[in-house]
Amino acid sequence: MPMPDWLSRLRDKDVAAEDAALWVKCPSCGEMLYRKDLEANLSVCTKCNYHFRMHAYDRINSLVDGDFVEIGTEILPGDPLDWTDKRPYVQKLEADREKSHLSEAVVTGFATLDGFPVALGVMDFSFRGGTMGTVVGERITNLLEEARRRKLPCIIFTASGGARMEEGMLALMQMAKTTQAVERFMAGGNLYVTVLTDPTTGGVSASFAFQADVILAEARASVGFAGRRVIEQTLRQKLPDNFQTAEFLLEKGHVDMVVARPAIRATLVRILDYAVDRKRIAPVLKAVPEFALQ
Amino acid sequence: MNLIVERERGPLQELEARIVALRERGSAALADVEVLEEKYRQLLGDLFGNLTPWERVHMARHPKRPIADDYIAAFDQVDELHGDRHFRDDRALVGGFAKVRGRRVMYIAQQKGRDTKENIRRNFGMVSPEGYRKAKRLMELATRLGLPIVTLVDTSGADPGIASEERAQAEAIASCLVALSKATVPVVATVIGEGGSGGALAIALADAVIMAENAVYSVASPEGCAAILWGDAARAPEAAEHLKLTSADLLGFGIVDRIVKEPLGGAHRDASGFVETVLDTIDDELRKLEDEPPHVLREKRYAKFRRIGAWQRTVPLVATAIT
Repeated sequence: MPMPDWLSRLRDKDVAAEDAALWVKCPSCGEMLYRKDLEANLSVCTKCNYHFRMHAYDRINSLVDGDFVEIGTEILPGDPLDWTDKRPYVQKLEADREKSHLSEAVVTGFATLDGFPVALGVMDFSFRGGTMGTVVGERITNLLEEARRRKLPCIIFTASGGARMEEGMLALMQMAKTTQAVERFMAGGNLYVTVLTDPTTGGVSASFAFQADVILAEARASVGFAGRRVIEQTLRQKLPDNFQTAEFLLEKGHVDMVVARPAIRATLVRILDYAVDRKRIAPVLKAVPEFALQ
Repeated sequence: MNLIVERERGPLQELEARIVALRERGSAALADVEVLEEKYRQLLGDLFGNLTPWERVHMARHPKRPIADDYIAAFDQVDELHGDRHFRDDRALVGGFAKVRGRRVMYIAQQKGRDTKENIRRNFGMVSPEGYRKAKRLMELATRLGLPIVTLVDTSGADPGIASEERAQAEAIASCLVALSKATVPVVATVIGEGGSGGALAIALADAVIMAENAVYSVASPEGCAAILWGDAARAPEAAEHLKLTSADLLGFGIVDRIVKEPLGGAHRDASGFVETVLDTIDDELRKLEDEPPHVLREKRYAKFRRIGAWQRTVPLVATAIT
């Protein structure tokens, strides 16, 4: 007996959903990638090296020795402007919390990288486009202050569409706040490294992202001040393909290195190895109670 | 078309003309002039007494509004310093040595133009990386010489062009913020017209932030905000309502410390008087800061921006340990 139409439609839908869970199409080369292979390769296309955006916790997982103590989770967003457009801001936040499994657009904490204790911040584009509102500003500032107190190097992975519109000027002021915190941290004599990932623009690039001692850019990441769309609209002309890419930034002298995702951990460890005397790690570890707990 | 300019036409202009005509009649018409002047004040109040945020945006962009040039012309003495020492002299940002109310200062100002020709030369007050690097140079010089830094903010935003991106606009803005973080001298910033986003903040990380009553200061221009959120710059009036960009809003948030009241109908109705009032206010703020020891200034500045925000502190969520 032939399958009724509605049943076959239903089956197709199920198969499609099942397939979507198993396979991911590379937006760059079109290759169908087996999801588990892709994840094992740090979300980099096995065929063309396209870098998918990475979840903050996956990123942390790919870097740390095994321990990560998160701080700042008690700092959560409010709604200072009482903002509603299509939906109330609080609803947008709620939706993004569910979608991203994150409480805000940055995760901060302590970890060790190949034995080097560090303060680590990782932004995530999937929460409000990685925009900097007062929580991102507060968590980053908090991280830098704690790192300064503990004399730890600080590494921040940036991914941001800029300042968060829905928090207005309070969001913009986080640029001033984080810049001051970085300045104070660096004056304390500790290493500050940023890794610019796709995309890093606006208020984040014009504050703590470009202040670092060593700036790495993830391969192919789009990085700049004004977003590509804004420039194209203002100038009414199409921009060259490589404009604002990590590789373009390296050529123009804005970043120290362009690093493909699989090599980022090793690169960071090498930099830490130059900047930090391994012999002095033990007393630092002792002084940081979070690590003693592990 | 500027909404305020549009509203100044029609009845208000007619009334103005009638008053001028009547004044020419001499003392015989004095009583009638007074009646018309009273009517004029009432009309001004009706037209401009209760501006919406979007109308204030237009007030901030009014073609006759005093711009940096008008303030600089009212300084006691000025010697402009030029260039970033690397690439060029950005005409959208000016600065140098000055004396204001007898006090030696370093001034840094965003400079719009009065007409099209001047605006092209000034890039409509949109500062390029070279301008921010010049500002940074002057901030560092001021710190070394112990000169207070006086800034005038008036820009729709940092220049968003290809050349600016090639020369690291983001880094240039960040470097200004760093220079102001490090300044061991008093910093007083005044938003005189438009305070557009990071491009404005770059010279406004200050101990005292003064704002003209009808100036606006926002995270993005209303057009930019509407484009970012809704993909439609035409919804700017709506964005202006949301952004809380007026002086009264920002005083409430503690982002602005002091408002300078404008004449009814806007600063341009008594431009020279308004400029003098602003300079008096800057002088007053500098006087309050002049005896602070350098390290106290920095501590207080850090604390001032440190507390700005609106996050909630809750019981910590269970820390996520990844293994």
